[in-house]
Amino acid sequence: MATLGQAGAIVWKDAVAELRTRDIVLSVAVFAILVIVVFNFAFQPGPQGIGAVAPGAFWVAVIFAGTLGMNRAFVLEKERGTLAGLLLCPLPREAIFAGKMTASFLFMLVVEAAVVPAFGIFLDLPLFLPGLVPILLLATLGFAAVGTLFSAVAASSRSRELMLPVLLLPVLVPVLLSAVGASAAVFAGKPFAEYCTWVQILVGFDVVYVVLSAWVFEYAVQE
Amino acid sequence: MESRAGTRTKLDAGAASSGLGLPLMALLALAGVLMVAALYLALIWAPTERLQGEVYRIFFFHVPVSWVAYVAFLVTFVGGLAYLRTGRPAWDRVAASSAEVGVVFTTLSLATGSIWGKPIWNTWWGWDPRLTTTLVLWLIYLGYLMIRSYAAESSQGARLAAVVGVMGFVVVPINFFSIRLWRSLHPGPSIGTDVGLQMEPAMGATLMVSLLAVTLLYVLLVIARVRLRALSDAVGEIKARLGVGGIQ
Amino acid sequence: MRREQVTVFPQPWAIQAWGLTKTYGYQWALRGIDLELRRGASLALFGPNGSGKTTLIKVLATLVRPTTGQVQIMGHDPRHEAQAARRALGVLGHEPWLYEELTVQENLYFYGRMYAVPQLRHRALQVLEQVAMDAYAQFPVRSLSHGMRQRVALARALLHRPPVLLLDEPETGLDEEALVLLDRALALARAEGTAVLLATHDLARGLALTERALVLHRGRIAYDSAGAPLDAATLAATYRRVTEAAP
Repeated sequence: MATLGQAGAIVWKDAVAELRTRDIVLSVAVFAILVIVVFNFAFQPGPQGIGAVAPGAFWVAVIFAGTLGMNRAFVLEKERGTLAGLLLCPLPREAIFAGKMTASFLFMLVVEAAVVPAFGIFLDLPLFLPGLVPILLLATLGFAAVGTLFSAVAASSRSRELMLPVLLLPVLVPVLLSAVGASAAVFAGKPFAEYCTWVQILVGFDVVYVVLSAWVFEYAVQE
Repeated sequence: MESRAGTRTKLDAGAASSGLGLPLMALLALAGVLMVAALYLALIWAPTERLQGEVYRIFFFHVPVSWVAYVAFLVTFVGGLAYLRTGRPAWDRVAASSAEVGVVFTTLSLATGSIWGKPIWNTWWGWDPRLTTTLVLWLIYLGYLMIRSYAAESSQGARLAAVVGVMGFVVVPINFFSIRLWRSLHPGPSIGTDVGLQMEPAMGATLMVSLLAVTLLYVLLVIARVRLRALSDAVGEIKARLGVGGIQ
Repeated sequence: MRREQVTVFPQPWAIQAWGLTKTYGYQWALRGIDLELRRGASLALFGPNGSGKTTLIKVLATLVRPTTGQVQIMGHDPRHEAQAARRALGVLGHEPWLYEELTVQENLYFYGRMYAVPQLRHRALQVLEQVAMDAYAQFPVRSLSHGMRQRVALARALLHRPPVLLLDEPETGLDEEALVLLDRALALARAEGTAVLLATHDLARGLALTERALVLHRGRIAYDSAGAPLDAATLAATYRRVTEAAP
């Protein structure tokens, strides 16, 4: 399908641009690690409290850092003037959204890949839990969908960097709750049956919001 | 005068400015009567509740304003959707007005919920699932209103806000579900469960009256706000035309 | 130079617009524009700042939706056949719309993929040669001056051989050499049958490159030469008369 190729071109373009400069990936990853460190100083959980605090700290770091990174999806394009060039191209708006969302998704995964080891080291937790992977993927997908959409909305407004978190965070509440709830269960070694509802919520959220965001995207970039 | 697109608002504004029509006056009177009735019923007539004593009476206002808070957002959602699809400004006026009124009712819902909770749980905020969902709704409303005012110009603000309204409304049921699940795992004070109300028929009747009164108040406020918007839009249009220099 | 595919368009109009208006809040940018441009024809759009030139170009480029009115690009209405309309358009705006971190070549490859340009590598080199930027193919756009970026932007606009070319003040920021290249590229495009709509401040250049002049004033077409022969002096006088007149 030609449209798939076009969306793929957008992903390629974003990836190459990001790799060339690396400034955003690096600063976002560093920010995430900073959040974890600050968390530790602020809450001083100690070895007992770690288990309770850990999943929350991880997802707070990912979401805050990710929100910063989401700006690159459209705010930067708007500021650098390339959004118009993209909108001129003969492809359906949903395809532009799909490309941007995929690029954001991959970007977030890269950031998480940096955060997880830092997390394991600083909070002295077992890292390589296979149960964590589907949760990471599902939560990141929902985050990428909503984040990309709101990035397009914020890009068209003043005070862009502020508008994005204000719009994004309330809508991400189910993702945050589910991700933390499921991660906590995984850290505690609980069986899947115990936290499967959280995963179901994530799946439901992703299905609804990937479709909804793709549909409503056209209105967000229209003029 | 040459014909020009989009001048229908002048006629609408004309009709609106000629004073309140009879049906609206009647509704206003009805709202007034219902409010007084609701106040009397809730504060004086309804029997004392077995478990909570007099404190529970705030329930007769907490439930209706909470109901309106969500209904108002539903109206914003539908209005926004219709505006995106049709582009007619009337839909946006309804959506925006409902959001402005809705955020006030949401604040009232949070306030009454908190006030109700204080004597019961001895805390101002217990992360009750319904209240927490309403708190997130409040934040979504704020985002809606902010994007309207932060947009580069007004029609774009309307469009972006409609997008925010659509995205924000769909999350409300998902929110409630996940927050309720979260609270079931980390139990704490909750209006529904701990603070069980023994409902008597008299209370049910009072609640109905209060619900009607508050909903009617919401409707009237939105109508008033929509008219104000229509008038202000008409004035703006005229000003812009004159500002360019003479009649085109 | 043979085209890879011969596409037959059964209708003769490159651009058609009826009753275009555009309001931003209460401000009217376009107050009723009717426009027709035949395939292969060319049109220069003049007008002072704030006359609606850029808005009109954006509406024709399908970047902005008109408040009322209809547009057709090569017979396609952007509201219903958006992709077909966009495929037929090449647009050069004030901004080059290039990705700074990517090289010139990568930018063209990206846009080439988006427009499904056949034999992309060859074509990209071809347009770069037309704008004399082939030596800079591997340079990141960030390292180029504004004039060079505009040249690459022109290459981008021509890349997919659009039958309709829209240019919004392309001469801005270009030096003499670049201006010559611009003229040559436009002449070549016209020779290949591309319809050109050129918004410009430069009366002489506009006249030289096109066969019809339109003057926009306060969102309306104040003057249309309708193909009648025109010289610079007459146009300048007409322009002055029309733009200083009471609205």
